[in-house]
Amino acid sequence: MNTLELARTQFGITTLFHFIFVPMSIGLAAWVAYCQTRYYRSGDEVYLRMTRFWGKFMLISLAIGVVTGIVQEFQFGMNWSEYSRYVGDIFGAPLAMEGLAAFFLESTFIGLWLFGWGRLSPKVHLATIWLTAFGTVLSAYFILAANSWMQHPVGYAINHVTHRAELKSIFAVLGNSTVLLAFPHTVFGAFCTGAMLVLGISALGLLRNRRNEVYSRSVRKVLPLALAAAILTGAFGHSQGMLMEEQQPMKMAAAEALYKTTKGASLSIFAVGPFEHFPKRLNTDIRIPHLLSILGTASWNGEVKGVNQLNREDQAKYGPGDYVPILGVTYWTFRIMAGVGVLLVLIPLLGLLLVRRGIFERKRWFLRAAVAGAFLPPLANLAGWIFTEMGRQPWVVYGLLKTNDARSPLVSSGDIILSLVGYTVIYGILLIVGGRLFLKEIAHGPEPEPAEQPQAPSGGDGSQRPDLVLAY
Amino acid sequence: MRDPNFLQTLWFLLIGVLWVGYFVLEGFDFGVGMLLRALGRDETDKRMIIHTIGPVWDGNEVWLLTAGGATFAAFPGWYASLFSGFYLALFLILAALIIRGVSFEFWGKDDSPRWRATWEWTAVTGSFLAALLWGVGWADIVHGVPMNAAHNVTASLWDLLHPYALLGGLVTLSLFLSHGAIFLSLRTRGEMVQRARAVARPASLASVALMSGFLLWTAFDQNSGGVKVSAQIVAAGAIALAAAVPLMLARRREGRAFALSAGAIALLFTSLFIELFPNALGSTTSHAYDLTLVASSSTHYTQTVMTVVAIVFVPIVLLYQGWTYWVFRHRLGRDDFEGTPTPLAVLESLGGKGGDRDGQTGGGLTGGQLPASGPSGSSP
Repeated sequence: MNTLELARTQFGITTLFHFIFVPMSIGLAAWVAYCQTRYYRSGDEVYLRMTRFWGKFMLISLAIGVVTGIVQEFQFGMNWSEYSRYVGDIFGAPLAMEGLAAFFLESTFIGLWLFGWGRLSPKVHLATIWLTAFGTVLSAYFILAANSWMQHPVGYAINHVTHRAELKSIFAVLGNSTVLLAFPHTVFGAFCTGAMLVLGISALGLLRNRRNEVYSRSVRKVLPLALAAAILTGAFGHSQGMLMEEQQPMKMAAAEALYKTTKGASLSIFAVGPFEHFPKRLNTDIRIPHLLSILGTASWNGEVKGVNQLNREDQAKYGPGDYVPILGVTYWTFRIMAGVGVLLVLIPLLGLLLVRRGIFERKRWFLRAAVAGAFLPPLANLAGWIFTEMGRQPWVVYGLLKTNDARSPLVSSGDIILSLVGYTVIYGILLIVGGRLFLKEIAHGPEPEPAEQPQAPSGGDGSQRPDLVLAY
Repeated sequence: MRDPNFLQTLWFLLIGVLWVGYFVLEGFDFGVGMLLRALGRDETDKRMIIHTIGPVWDGNEVWLLTAGGATFAAFPGWYASLFSGFYLALFLILAALIIRGVSFEFWGKDDSPRWRATWEWTAVTGSFLAALLWGVGWADIVHGVPMNAAHNVTASLWDLLHPYALLGGLVTLSLFLSHGAIFLSLRTRGEMVQRARAVARPASLASVALMSGFLLWTAFDQNSGGVKVSAQIVAAGAIALAAAVPLMLARRREGRAFALSAGAIALLFTSLFIELFPNALGSTTSHAYDLTLVASSSTHYTQTVMTVVAIVFVPIVLLYQGWTYWVFRHRLGRDDFEGTPTPLAVLESLGGKGGDRDGQTGGGLTGGQLPASGPSGSSP
């Protein structure tokens, strides 16, 4: 691997790892806030146990999300100094706003929530979890506004003396049409991630015949939320696709592995080609007639531009070079994301039908599917990010700056190998430990229902300890 | 050479304030982290020590993230040169911050002695390394580093570890250690106060000596371009405040000692920022290659936007962060962490059925902060 590839690998690993936990935190924070609100309003202790049980998973994912987020704030400067110089006038602003407006909010109020039980009044304590949840969502907005500028630069002008992009309108950047769709898509995706996790863990508890109202009620309450979140994620994703057709046609064409510009284009559902960057032909390609034109242009015979023509157009516009992303990656990540999206609508829909008939807890095949379902959103989240970032290649800022020109000129391969190994080891440990803690909390389950509680602490093996502790 | 304009100066000042805020706040939780094993003799002690910074360390760290983000927005050239130039050093710091951050969160999640010991050592090592390396890094920034005409730093990690920089590292290490020990003596009750005091005295004396030497060296460091009177006045102030810390400790006035220690850290970094101005990063290769604030600055428009954002958000942040410190101002004692509460008792104290809403009972921790059990809990 050359230095550029090493730097890209490191950025990919650190960012994707961070993004396993971030959507979980966003989704779970909102869910915990919901549970606590229901408890505050009704005084129903089941909601209190739900708040505390799900709160543990939120805390684990937040902890890992926060510490891996530190790297994100600095690594643009570390490995991408030319990028930072080129776009800093624009890109730095939303990042700084994220720190001031969102990071302070979430990190301060999560501390207050965690350590404030019994110390703050119930009303103020409830407010702290809502402010945490709000902070996580606000943070998503700013970082997506920054990323959307890389996909679709707006509100800037190029200064030909300093050779950099300069900000002309912050409102254009924060109101970028790209972020207005990317934000709801990502946040509803995060809500879906949290909801499916709640569903999956509850289903696992029910499968193990752990009768606890926390599980059954969580299932009943989270199913409609999961369904709504999945549908909205898909709907905004579809709008994003149509917008992308205008803004980044190459990315969409690459997502569909559509070579030739076609009217009434068919949609490929399964294609395999030779294992290379830009295969000249596909070995297998199963297609549904007209569907791509319908999805992309909302008309039966709409024209969809193909990779070959777009590549020629880009060469005419930006000079010689290859403007096609790695087709196998864009094609398959897009299919994983969209395919999982369909499953994420079906699972909660089915669940709701079973709940309506009152037989949810007895359908073990469904409970098993729900457990597996918890793993689906992270898969779609990662696939979606890989698609949107690798589909933009060879650009780091679409049409303005190529990834090849963005890296730090004097950071050597040796330096990057050291840090890459370091991050991989540390993040690998975090993944193992985080996973182990999740399993431990799952095995431990929610607090028992009061009627079943022993009157005095008993059980020397610690298995019956009152597991009420969220704090350290 | 042009002088920085008003907004550039303001943003240099604001970034300085963010770093000062970061070191004053995270300084003590570095110190507490370093002392976790030295002062914590058993699980209860250690739990108490972690709890003193538990609610606040995460918020403290955001000062660093915001300093990073603000540098990116206001001086992208500085952000680019500094963080690419200090690549491996910054990687080590980030790694240290990651492992200490998760240590506090993971420590209490399992009872086994091996698990606990592992996360204690990572907390200690991470705090120690970060406290040391921040001083090394800032000494290098003030001193200047080998840098070419394109403002790309040509130094390797080893070039950054010269005696002056290492002295800077020892300064922050000793200052944060003493700052953290004083903080512990303020936030705990009982025997822990004595132990923290026993560390604070020598640590504060060492920090006065090291800081005096370091600031004197800084004053005569010709790389920073002659003696700056204003910087020396502030530096003298820093030494004076630091020197008053052991005196206050001798009189058992920990509150004042803590304020003085915070002041010393703030003035130390203020004097370094004055030394640096109007450069963002000096070049030891040639002064012609110095990266100035003007050259590294973002546009007037971006800085105006960010000024509006800062005016709106900084006071709000200060208000709620200050409030957090007020909420968690009570001293913690071993009795807050001992004994196994019955599930019902804990539920009741949480549920707010009784009148225990403002934490009056017990004076210390209530409800959710009580450890359920643990090796220290003598469950029948």
